[in-house]
Amino acid sequence: MSEVIDILISASFWAAVIRIATPLILATMGELICERAGVLNLGIEGIMVIGAFAGWMAVYQGLPLWGGVAVAMGAGMLFGLLHSTLTVPFGLSQHVVGLGITLLATASASFAYRLMLPEVTSPPKIEPFQPLDIPVLSDLPFLGQAIFSQTALTWAAFAMAGAVALVLYRTPLGLAVRAAGENPAAVEAQGLSVTGLRMGAVMVGSGLMAVGGAFLTLSAFSSFFFEMVNGRGWVCIALVVFGAWKPGKAVLGAILFAAFDALQIRLQQTPIGAVLPYQLFLAAPYILSILALVLMSRRAEVPAALMVPYNKGER
Amino acid sequence: MRLEPIANPTTARRLGYPALAILATLAVAALLARIAGADPLAALGQIATGALGSKLAILETLNRATPLIFTGLAVAVAFRAKLWNIGAEAQLYAGAIMAVVLGTGALGSPLVLPVSALAALLAGAMLLLGPVLLKTRLGVDEVVTTLLLNFIMLLFVSYLLEGPMKDPMGMGWPKSAALTPEARLPRIVDGLRLHWGFGLALIAAVLVWLIQIRTTLGFEIRAVGQSPEAARFAGMPVNAVLVKTALLSGGLAALAGWSEVAGLKGHLSQDLSPGFGYTGIIVAMLALLHPLGVVLSALFVAGIFVGSDAMSRAAGVPTYIADMLLATALLFMVLAILLTRVRVVRG
Repeated sequence: MSEVIDILISASFWAAVIRIATPLILATMGELICERAGVLNLGIEGIMVIGAFAGWMAVYQGLPLWGGVAVAMGAGMLFGLLHSTLTVPFGLSQHVVGLGITLLATASASFAYRLMLPEVTSPPKIEPFQPLDIPVLSDLPFLGQAIFSQTALTWAAFAMAGAVALVLYRTPLGLAVRAAGENPAAVEAQGLSVTGLRMGAVMVGSGLMAVGGAFLTLSAFSSFFFEMVNGRGWVCIALVVFGAWKPGKAVLGAILFAAFDALQIRLQQTPIGAVLPYQLFLAAPYILSILALVLMSRRAEVPAALMVPYNKGER
Repeated sequence: MRLEPIANPTTARRLGYPALAILATLAVAALLARIAGADPLAALGQIATGALGSKLAILETLNRATPLIFTGLAVAVAFRAKLWNIGAEAQLYAGAIMAVVLGTGALGSPLVLPVSALAALLAGAMLLLGPVLLKTRLGVDEVVTTLLLNFIMLLFVSYLLEGPMKDPMGMGWPKSAALTPEARLPRIVDGLRLHWGFGLALIAAVLVWLIQIRTTLGFEIRAVGQSPEAARFAGMPVNAVLVKTALLSGGLAALAGWSEVAGLKGHLSQDLSPGFGYTGIIVAMLALLHPLGVVLSALFVAGIFVGSDAMSRAAGVPTYIADMLLATALLFMVLAILLTRVRVVRG
């Protein structure tokens, strides 16, 4: 037990928690926007992969880091456009299209990687985002290292989560998006286009997912690996449910999840880790996600029109 | 735009759009080959000859199709009831583990094959039972739980192969001990590298088809898939149907892993499946969830994989072109199927 306490009071642990939470927050916000508008986006896992690849490749080709973020976002929005075209006006199965998008985006990243780097055995590195040095705050004892040692992309992610909450709950646009996921016929009665709102939400959401993926290559690691997203997208879908489709709760869920993830990495190096197989630690985040889904299952308030296609003139 | 159902689609429409989807996929293939600097038509030809051009190529395609028939059937059965089993990959490994547990010396008699097949079926069924009970009892979405179980299962296999199942003769390589000769599936024809797993996959497809058209369960699965509310209203035990569907689906997926170990590889390793579980989704969708169609589409998908490998070696186009083509084919095909029965109108 003392090992756990030692970990919990170390500043580097909390720095890791925030770092691990960042891509989850971005992608969870992306998925949340899609689902609040009524569209389940199972393309998330592949869109994170394409974001990780596109951002990294753009920077490797000479673009500045923020340029890489923009390229990742653009790539994500492109797949979001494809997803929403098929699922919104055509009303195709969101399960099948989403999985198809994940397969297509993942394969596109692998194909483009091999095409652009045919001979390399290990992926080249880029110069990633550096921790932002904030005057005074970064020099604080403990907090300086635990919180104020993050990169600009992490700060941007938290700001983005705040902005998503603000837009969803405090603007007419947010109200319209939420209504598209609850009662699309009412939205149409107001003279607004359900198709436009849903497609827009899926594109913006997919852009955020891709930036979440790009955080992995542009900030957390400095290279692209095929398996690097490793189920994070599916975890984010669980986090949306865990957060009851509310931005604030979803961010808390992401941080909680990241804390367990950071804890299991560190526990592997303690005497506890010597006794138990390391695979059990690696599986803990996935097991935890399932438990979170089970715990929240009774309480979750699913958007009423989630996964219900809307076809004008049909009642 | 708005979609308007067509009461009686013409034959031209019913065949035209799927044909268009296939043509569009071929066009994408040509484009990708072109981008990779290869001659598009030559590359398409190399895919075809690579998959079907020689006896060896055909056998390779049939072998590759075997696990895909099983996982395709697993997905088709489940999706028909709108039970979203995305966990065929995990169920496949559950079956593979059973092939090793019972096939490496615990049983020495001729009984070992049927017993291990049965154990694999049960293991896969049990693995899907959890998510389906969470769905029916607590309303937990099965998409996420089955997906996450794939990752958990891969780690479990890694643990087994580095721990309790590790082959002492494996020179440190994480793989299981080899199956005993009587635990291996024999070849269909002596001298030809094609094992009975393929034959069993065909039998499974026919059995699933018979279940769907001849039994109450088949009727119930269709009804639940079309509308659970209407099925419940008609007095059908919807949850029980979902549980039965899950047992069937999980068991079928597990046979994929069982037949790969007992028929092809002879041992379990971490790379037994290059995503056969996920590819099963494409196989099932291209087959329009029809069990006999699954056989054809599994052969097609296996041919794309085997052919792309050969084309990649010859023309230098990355082998990932296969995955791109299949994902494209899937998306084009679901759109084409929709357009066979609706019309897009303005306004």
